[in-house]
Amino acid sequence: MRSNFVFQEIWVGLRRNLTMTVALIVVVAISLSLLGTGLLFVKQVDSTRTYWQSKVEISVYLCYADSANPNCHGAVTQTQTTNLEQRLKAMPQVQNVAYVTQAQAWALYKQAFSNDTSYVSTLKETDMPPSLEIKLNNPSADYNIVASAVTGAQGVDSVIDEMNILDKFYRLLDGLRNAVVIVALILVVAAVLLVANTIRLSAFNRRRETGIMRLVGASNFYIQLPFLLEGVIAGLLGWLLSTVLLIGVKSLLLNNLQQYFNYNVGLSTGDLVEVILLAMIIGVALCGLTSFLTLRRYLRV
Amino acid sequence: MIEFQNVTKIYPNQNRAALENVDMTINKGEFVFLVGPSGSGKSSFLRLILREERPNEGQILVAGNDLARLTNWKVPALRRKIGCVFQDFRLLPNKTVEQNVAFALEVIGKPRRFIKRVVPEVLDLVGLEGKHDRLPDALSGGEQQRVAMARAFVNRPMILLADEPTGNIDPATSIGIMKVLDRINRTGTTVVMATHDAAIVDSMRKRVIELEYGKVVRDQNRGVYGQAY
Repeated sequence: MRSNFVFQEIWVGLRRNLTMTVALIVVVAISLSLLGTGLLFVKQVDSTRTYWQSKVEISVYLCYADSANPNCHGAVTQTQTTNLEQRLKAMPQVQNVAYVTQAQAWALYKQAFSNDTSYVSTLKETDMPPSLEIKLNNPSADYNIVASAVTGAQGVDSVIDEMNILDKFYRLLDGLRNAVVIVALILVVAAVLLVANTIRLSAFNRRRETGIMRLVGASNFYIQLPFLLEGVIAGLLGWLLSTVLLIGVKSLLLNNLQQYFNYNVGLSTGDLVEVILLAMIIGVALCGLTSFLTLRRYLRV
Repeated sequence: MIEFQNVTKIYPNQNRAALENVDMTINKGEFVFLVGPSGSGKSSFLRLILREERPNEGQILVAGNDLARLTNWKVPALRRKIGCVFQDFRLLPNKTVEQNVAFALEVIGKPRRFIKRVVPEVLDLVGLEGKHDRLPDALSGGEQQRVAMARAFVNRPMILLADEPTGNIDPATSIGIMKVLDRINRTGTTVVMATHDAAIVDSMRKRVIELEYGKVVRDQNRGVYGQAY
């Protein structure tokens, strides 16, 4: 194998249809970075989900003297509370149950709105429901079982489903991710068509050379390799560009997002590297395979 | 060297056969003229030998290979045993004479030292001394055909196929081309030349195979172009 001959052919090929090559590189770069962004999003959503799920609790608000709920007949009694607590503790899904008194709830409330006295001044301690805070072993799986077990029980005002609140947030993130991935896939299709076209043009430009190569008995491999590598190299250049864009997405967008949410679930450099490597494999495989299939049509023996 | 056994070739969507029941043998070292009007099947004959086309019926043996059994993968090896020259030369306009000939060796992976040695030799053989660095555009038609012959012969093929090599060249220059083909033939290479050039065929007095409507109508040793009445 004469490697410098092959590289010379590739260089000639890439230069001869420069405009197509540039278009190809840009489209590959953008589609790969969008695909990568989608993947980063998936990772980000997964890591926040894990983070939140470990924190998630069921809050069972109990009746108090001024409850508006018709199920409540005055404040919850001591026996009702103990019954509920024991019932919950007996469930295998429950890790821990903590009783929060009206006084404790009031203290927490005051702390949460310490910077806004208007919230604090309109309420008083007796407006706070006492509650049972339940910690689950496996929040995502056991949520409904435990929540339904206590809903409507005597002395229970309401059960607050923290999972439901989170789910809305995740639906938003999932939608965003799906949109990114769909746009990326459309661009991938465009990239595939562009690769096919570039290779076809390239094969047409060099039909004299390939014709002679066939006549003098060059192997198919030798004839096709420059074209194949042409596609792969364009794919690699596009990938290189997408790497820059992905690093930008990670450091500018996702890291800022993390600051905004104020919890530490940022993606590690390892995650970024993983996505970048995946993008390379996809890019190279896509360009290589498309070139190969195009060549089978346009460079027959 | 080349053996056709009842070969019939019909191109798709054509009702007339390009070659019909062709049965003949060309031995090693022979010089054969293939004559006949346009469309008589001369080019099909050459394309079948190169396995650019495959026959609908019959068997073709080339240099010991049964072409029907030859896998695609082995076709390049067959073509390395066959050199080709065409009416339109088919040179690469952006490469010099030397590079054009070297290209044929580069693409079959020959070592550079070998190429450096044999290319000048073969260029001298075809009579292009001192013109190694010219571009094809700076050469006359006859000289361009000599480059094409050098390229066809540089890998020392067993068979040389020439499809109207003098078709674009004036009669005086054609004599030079024929001398080169004769010289190549004398090295033991089998030469098959399709031509319309009666003067050349008549002067060479080699074996003549005449095709008409895809059939062999004459096969004559030391023949002439026209019918020997």
